[in-house]
Amino acid sequence: MTDMALPAALSDENLARESEIAHAHIRRRRWMIISLRFAVLIVALILWEVAARKKWIDPFFYAQPSAIWDQLVDWTQNGTSQGSLWRQVQVTLEETVIGFLIGAVAGVFCGIVLGRNKLLSDIFSLYIQIANSIPRVVLGSIFVIALGLGMASKVALAVVMVFFVVFNNAFQGVREADKYLIANAQILGASPRQLTTAVVIPSAMSWILASLHVSFGFALVGAVVGEFLGAKEGIGLLISTAQGAFNAAGVFAAMIVLAVVALAADFLLTRLEKRMLKWRPAAF
Amino acid sequence: MSESAIEFKDVSLRFISQDGQATVALRNFNMSVAKGEFIAIVGPTGCGKSTTLNMITGLLKPTVGEVSIMGQKVSGIDPRIGFVFQADAVFPWRNVLDNVAAGPMFRGMDKKEARELAQGWIARVGLGKFGKHYPHQLSGGMRKRVALAQTFINKPEILLMDEPFSALDMQTRTLMQDELLQLWSESGGSVVFVTHDIEEAIALADRVFVLSARPARLKQVYEIDLPRPRVMAEVRYDPRFIELSKHIWNDLRDEAVLQ
Repeated sequence: MTDMALPAALSDENLARESEIAHAHIRRRRWMIISLRFAVLIVALILWEVAARKKWIDPFFYAQPSAIWDQLVDWTQNGTSQGSLWRQVQVTLEETVIGFLIGAVAGVFCGIVLGRNKLLSDIFSLYIQIANSIPRVVLGSIFVIALGLGMASKVALAVVMVFFVVFNNAFQGVREADKYLIANAQILGASPRQLTTAVVIPSAMSWILASLHVSFGFALVGAVVGEFLGAKEGIGLLISTAQGAFNAAGVFAAMIVLAVVALAADFLLTRLEKRMLKWRPAAF
Repeated sequence: MSESAIEFKDVSLRFISQDGQATVALRNFNMSVAKGEFIAIVGPTGCGKSTTLNMITGLLKPTVGEVSIMGQKVSGIDPRIGFVFQADAVFPWRNVLDNVAAGPMFRGMDKKEARELAQGWIARVGLGKFGKHYPHQLSGGMRKRVALAQTFINKPEILLMDEPFSALDMQTRTLMQDELLQLWSESGGSVVFVTHDIEEAIALADRVFVLSARPARLKQVYEIDLPRPRVMAEVRYDPRFIELSKHIWNDLRDEAVLQ
């Protein structure tokens, strides 16, 4: 049996050639997807531009890609009515990041404390559910009244937006910690504190990181809405100024700036998540 | 008898479920496990086999009677106990080395020292090259080996096992049983092995305790006088083995009819 010659079709060279072909196929397909995606974008933009020029849609209300581009160029070269574009981005980003950090840390902390304590969680879960069901952006008005037009009111709104999402996930993650893992750690000799740090937090980590992803977007919403409601600088103010001047292209241009910021943050968070969860199977 | 490692004296357990229902899980149960002895507990599904283990760890307290280990009444988790679970209980976010080092590290050993110790145990269970692997990269049998190393590294004097190999395929299970007997014979500890597999119980144990259906009480104890060291792949064809397994089957069949 073992002496039997390997069929030529299964020789090393043949296998190498076949996997080469398969790799080439995979590469080709990836490029095709990327170029098709790009094509969809181009077609959509061209349709929009043509529709606006032919007056199928009113460019005064719906803007047009070329006007949005001009607006972006104008902002980057000459600055906005509130100062340079970078300054606006920086302000909004600062509010978002501070709000995100405070909200996330508080959310993780409270989630773990309540998740580990049955009594506290039974008492407070009702109130947190109630607080969670209130549309939280309306708190922005309170914050503007109480904390003024400066950065504090936007940060506060971002914190509130982030806190509940992160809290809920951290809480859930802690409650879902496998009871066998906990029992195993206890029998291996873990103290209650070691149990929290070595078992509960790592097992809640995938839940927490998933929530960080979503909640950075919420922090951005909080900061921008806060700026809508009353501010001296920031992208939100840029949008509301453009809105006041019936400058549709300005609104879209600000939206694009926001999208770029959000995408960059999302990219960084994905990297972080991959690094911290390298123990998980790839299929997840 | 102060020699016994584990002693159940007329133990009964009333169990109160989450919705407040009270049921009797165990009735007038007596058991004594000597130091270095390997005993197996078999019984119909859901009769309370695992309950006995939980009372030894102190996670459950008997309603009546007394459970003691090494002559002392059980109060809380005793550091001399090791436990191997049916489910996968290795920590998925730690690699094999850190999983095995977990016990000593929890117990205050220096990280570097614990890792060195762990490396030795990994080699002993045949995973020497897999220290940096994460559990999801291993097969079920390899994860069980990690679990065994993780438990044995603490040098438990009492080893409790709750259907540890039931999720493995037949071949892997046989290998793991040999592995377990090997580790046990070197450790000199006592083992309580819960299983629903009668042949596994006979092949491994010095004595087999047969429990009745719920409320469980001790139905029969069998001395397994097969010579050691035993080889799993061969012992099951021994005529004495077959005879014992027939007896125990009969006991359990009666219980199944009663249910």
